[in-house]
Amino acid sequence: MRSSLIINRYLIFLLAGFFIPAMQAFGESAYVTENSKAAYMDSCVAPTELMRRNHMDYLQHGRDDTVRDGVRGLKYSLSECIDCHASTDASGMGVSVASEGEFCQACHVYVAVSPACFQCHRTKPVGNTKGNSLGYHFDEHSHAGLDRETDHEQ
Amino acid sequence: MSNKSDQQSVNRRQFIGGTVAAVGALTIAPGVILHAATEDDKASSGASSEHRWGMVIDSNKCAEGCNACVDACNNEHGLEGHDRPETDAVWIRAVKLKDKQTGHVNRLVMMCQHCEHPPCVDVCPTNASFKRDDGIVLVDRHRCIGCRYCMMACPYKARSFVHEALSDQSVNAPRGKGCVESCTLCVHRVDAGVMQTACQEACEKEGHAAIIFGDLKDPNSEISRVLKSNNSVQIRADLELNTGVRYLNL
Repeated sequence: MRSSLIINRYLIFLLAGFFIPAMQAFGESAYVTENSKAAYMDSCVAPTELMRRNHMDYLQHGRDDTVRDGVRGLKYSLSECIDCHASTDASGMGVSVASEGEFCQACHVYVAVSPACFQCHRTKPVGNTKGNSLGYHFDEHSHAGLDRETDHEQ
Repeated sequence: MSNKSDQQSVNRRQFIGGTVAAVGALTIAPGVILHAATEDDKASSGASSEHRWGMVIDSNKCAEGCNACVDACNNEHGLEGHDRPETDAVWIRAVKLKDKQTGHVNRLVMMCQHCEHPPCVDVCPTNASFKRDDGIVLVDRHRCIGCRYCMMACPYKARSFVHEALSDQSVNAPRGKGCVESCTLCVHRVDAGVMQTACQEACEKEGHAAIIFGDLKDPNSEISRVLKSNNSVQIRADLELNTGVRYLNL
């Protein structure tokens, strides 16, 4: 009787010793991709647990507002996903989030879900510029246009 | 573990608090969530019916041999051809009209006319073709099934169908195979507050200034003043579509 208890304890220790490294390995595999902006940030626009579970719903709710009603700069924006989560190659250029081992692709392959986003949406940031929440990159000329319009309204 | 991990540090209380506060969501049934977007969630309030965006094109100023607006549009929206003119995407094109009796040639650019009563919207079976509150006619590619009824319905031949799989699209214009598309009146610029389309910008740079973009509902806008003091026409005005794009000297 006593010896079987001891064996049980050993078994528990053995199993624990086996699983804890396995769990850590899984945790590490869930890291954001290296060399992406997200790798240096504390969290996404919402707690990670929420983003993991609900990001598709957030994006789907926002897309109608943006496309049909012209509401831009929503909290959840696909172009910002890509801005932060695309890793960069040696030359500082963005790598497609849908290519092998990258942020979107790796997880979606794991869960066997193919997102339709990237049939139409761009999969990497433009050059190595930062921030495009409005989906529009201002150049000097356009800035002039914006200023002119602001003046006009005043 | 370093702060690289995105796994840790959400305890139960934070998780529940975060769910309610950050999402502002109401669960009405399992799997059904109502999201209430808060005001500070939105950087812009969106399209408003206080505006109606439109364009005036001066046929006399549209210069022979110039293709600047077409190139600018292609560049702005990442439209690339495959040297197949029958099927390549065209959002704006230069057109010549010749009066056979007098030999007089008119040159103008043709694109989506952003009708008040758009036939493409009437025929769309999925509501993918729609008119925004500010009068811009767009295709919602999330809903487009690529049936191309709208292409048949459009009297201006303004729409294109994407036949090829695309990659590296412009951020300005997400677009893909199997959807219909057309001129968006540079809606990404309008929403960003830049009141100049890519074609107008290019035309002005070339020194022709044949294109004026603006708010048809604002009596003080340049476009309204030009339309008030000049005789303009709508193409196929007989269809009574009340186009947002008008032409001078045609």
